[in-house]
Amino acid sequence: MSAEPQLIPASSQTVGPYFRIGLEYMTDPTEAAEKDTITIRGRVLDRDRAPVADAMLEFWNPSATFAEPTAIPTGFARAATDDDGNFCVRMAKPAQITANDGLMQAPHMLVLVFARGLLRHLISRVYFDGESSNSTDAVLSTIPADRRHTLVAHRDGQNSFCWNVVLQGKDETVFFAW
Amino acid sequence: MIETPNVELAAPGTQPDYYYPPYVSSMSRAPLMPLVSLPSTTTENTGPVFGHELIRRGDNDLTAQHAGEPIGERIFVHGRIRDEDGRPVRNALAEIWQANAAGRYRHKVDTWDAPIDPNFSGAGKTLTDEQGRYSFKTIKPGPYPWRNHHNAWRPSHIHFSLFGAGILSRLVTQMYFPGDPLQPLDPIFNSIPDEAARMRLVSSLDMQRAEPNYALAYQFDIVLRGRSETPFEERPR
Repeated sequence: MSAEPQLIPASSQTVGPYFRIGLEYMTDPTEAAEKDTITIRGRVLDRDRAPVADAMLEFWNPSATFAEPTAIPTGFARAATDDDGNFCVRMAKPAQITANDGLMQAPHMLVLVFARGLLRHLISRVYFDGESSNSTDAVLSTIPADRRHTLVAHRDGQNSFCWNVVLQGKDETVFFAW
Repeated sequence: MIETPNVELAAPGTQPDYYYPPYVSSMSRAPLMPLVSLPSTTTENTGPVFGHELIRRGDNDLTAQHAGEPIGERIFVHGRIRDEDGRPVRNALAEIWQANAAGRYRHKVDTWDAPIDPNFSGAGKTLTDEQGRYSFKTIKPGPYPWRNHHNAWRPSHIHFSLFGAGILSRLVTQMYFPGDPLQPLDPIFNSIPDEAARMRLVSSLDMQRAEPNYALAYQFDIVLRGRSETPFEERPR
């Protein structure tokens, strides 16, 4: 097949307030694997620190073992916020990624943020409090020190972490572009 | 160390800005700090691959999910998903959701005074085939009012959620219908500055796929961002 170069990717549009109709079936955190599972809880907040009740987060763990395909792949989880802006996701804790791309990477996940009001989704990363490799992580160390904390989930239990997403304003979460 | 991003950002004008005041909700939710540009790594160059077990019989036929037939104009929606290089995206998960023929979503937050159709949930999903093709059978969604501004009405649309080859090709968009006079009035549609890019979200009537005395068909082809080629990197699969 001859490649047709330089097609332009389709434009993004908001998920709107009703995405649960089509996307929420995949958000049950109890279906995650039990072994080495961590829980990440948090809130999605807007400019006024008001809860964003219609947000959806997707987590991608690049260190997940690529075992036999399952309906919902290991390393992927989707969570929707409740009326108070809370989300909860349960999945395998990421491992440190071998730095074969020249970048030292501490354990982390990519996080996609969708919500009414977001015409394009936002992309962030979540790291984990207490990992010694955080201090040498090539991405974290480029982030200004006063914003770095927005990318780090805080341990609040043995296998439990807390991480908030602030879309705008004070302590605005760092979002990335690639 | 961090170098110049090795992935080309979107062609100018083809993606909406985050902060777009005509779409009122963006004003308190769009980040105001500049996004941080990075080279892509294993994290961004990989992504979930969904298994066929996820799809059940009937998931791509929104007219057959209940005991009775839904009310409204039955339609076929089909198309091809390709990446920037024109390659078909195989086994891509396509999820859709939409309002019913009266413009009402089956969701507790939707309080618009239009009837709920007991035979229409408005959700579907499918995986693309080897040629990147997908198809759905559904009901044409109706327009509906929303509170963004005075006399605001959304044009008929179907929400599409797509996963391509890597997580950076993730896309959520909306498919519109040809000839809808509400499109030029809609801030969400108009958030895309480039007219050609806006028009790529408008499906085309496809009489080849329409079934006589049964249903019209609309074609909606989608181009996803490709996976960046990072020469010094090994991929885990």
